[in-house]
Amino acid sequence: MLSPLEVEAILISLRVAGIAVAWILVPGIALAWLMARHEFRGKALLDGVLHLPLVLPPVVVGYLLLLSLGRQGWLGQWLNEWFAVSLPFTWQGAAVAGGVMAFPLLVRAVRLSLEAVDVDLEAAASTLGAGRLRVLFTITLPLALPGLLTGTVLAFARALSEFGATITFAANIPGETRTLPLALYTLIQTPGQEGAAARLCALSVVIAMVSLMASEWLARRARRRLRQRDG
Amino acid sequence: MSYVTAAHDGAADARSALTLDVEQRLGEFSLSASLALPASGVTALFGPSGSGKTSLLRMIAGLDAPHRGAIRLGDETLVDTARGVRLPPHRRRLGVVFQEPRLFPHYRVRGNLTYGMRDAGHERFDAVVELLGIGALLERFPATLSGGEARRVAIGRALLSEPRLLLMDEPLTGLDGARKQELLDYIARLAGDIDIPIVYVSHDPDELTAIADHLVLLEQGRVVADGPLEALLQRFELTERLGGFDAATLVTATVEEHDPHYALSRLRLADGQWLTLPAVDAAPGTRLRLRIPVREVALALDEPGAISYRNRLRATVEEIGPSRPGQTAVELRLRLGEKGIDEQRLRARLTRKSLDEMGLKPGMSVVALVRSVAFDTRHS
Repeated sequence: MLSPLEVEAILISLRVAGIAVAWILVPGIALAWLMARHEFRGKALLDGVLHLPLVLPPVVVGYLLLLSLGRQGWLGQWLNEWFAVSLPFTWQGAAVAGGVMAFPLLVRAVRLSLEAVDVDLEAAASTLGAGRLRVLFTITLPLALPGLLTGTVLAFARALSEFGATITFAANIPGETRTLPLALYTLIQTPGQEGAAARLCALSVVIAMVSLMASEWLARRARRRLRQRDG
Repeated sequence: MSYVTAAHDGAADARSALTLDVEQRLGEFSLSASLALPASGVTALFGPSGSGKTSLLRMIAGLDAPHRGAIRLGDETLVDTARGVRLPPHRRRLGVVFQEPRLFPHYRVRGNLTYGMRDAGHERFDAVVELLGIGALLERFPATLSGGEARRVAIGRALLSEPRLLLMDEPLTGLDGARKQELLDYIARLAGDIDIPIVYVSHDPDELTAIADHLVLLEQGRVVADGPLEALLQRFELTERLGGFDAATLVTATVEEHDPHYALSRLRLADGQWLTLPAVDAAPGTRLRLRIPVREVALALDEPGAISYRNRLRATVEEIGPSRPGQTAVELRLRLGEKGIDEQRLRARLTRKSLDEMGLKPGMSVVALVRSVAFDTRHS
């Protein structure tokens, strides 16, 4: 049914996108919480930097990643020296690229849902003896759950469809960094592979639809649970 | 509104539970208060909206900070700007009941109640659930509760966090008359049953005369008066703020006997005089606080003959309130009993014309006629 090459591309894509979301989830929520609940100097600047991946050409982001995380890059050198880790041209590198591109979408969605949580409820919890962390984990995050889920799925979909930053930073290595979009690109470049390209194209549509529907279903479920309790 | 509530001995100890001396500015509004609140009973922070009573409560709770000043609970400093001390709300151990119930929508009633519990104090849990009558609601989500039920759960939740002081910010807001009365009865019972001082914010004179022992009167961010409620209710110059036309005074009486045939109860005042009320649902020996509206008291110079007023109390005119030409009514303060022994005070309002025609003067003996209907019994 699916050719070995197609299976490989799908598995790489799911792995890359999954890891991408996994590593940005905690810093993304933390940053969203900081932005939603606190005023500090440089907040507007941080907000701007945060949104850069959304507005910059993905190739630029990929190139910046190469400059900083490459073997000669300041961060890359450090990683190599201390952890013997090298990210460029590896699937882990593709996950970093996908995560960076998905980061603003995640923070945005989570921030919006955190801002919608009633701070009066948080104040009530604190008068009942709950410290900041307990308030966060028992009141704020549970009430922001629908937005959290939506943001996660959105970030996953973005990482799944990543192309420009990935090909620049992690290249297009078969069996390593050749995700679905890169495999499709390769097929389009190859004469006589129109049929295979069409199949990958259809596959991409199916995966996108499934993740969209899953997100909708999850969010609705979470909302319904809150509403049941809510009125 | 009920006029009868259980009397709790507001006297208690002289040590202060809460001392505060704070200043706060919010734009045009400035609040400046210096107070020592008693360690027991119900203290009402009373005043019109914008008087600063909620700001004061939020500073005590730790939700806002004063610009200058200190708040202490017993020996512990909650906040002191001079020393840079500011205890966060969750370290203050104060229970807060807000205007809105603020129940957590994703927890059941049980989860809300146990949220602030310090240890598995199941006895206390059961007692509070029983006291507030919320046993049947435990497995429900807050969204399915009525307004009155949600308030009771919010009160229970605050109580179960074992606070050293319970702060209530107009907890009856948004309830209709019957629900209001019901919840007020719960709070009054609570004040009598538990040994936690309560600070109760309100702008409704009926509410505070029903449950307060101590009163702090606020206006435009300043303390206008501060003292035992009974004493403040005697002050002529406060009438306008404490109910106006509906102003009332408080007396305490002990239930002696019931007369089921006529559905009446007889109560004895401190000086031995009797009062007859429509049947009160309280056992003989119970001390009740009675609210006597100033406008329900008429005066006679001698014991009148047959008259439908059941309650005739011998009293002495103590003071005649200020009166101006062109004004119809004047208020008088009467004393029941012997000064320094078993005295209680009562106020009456009559027309200036009656005052002059009767030639009433301080020190004169009169008979105060109190209409029975003035004693509304507590709804159960």
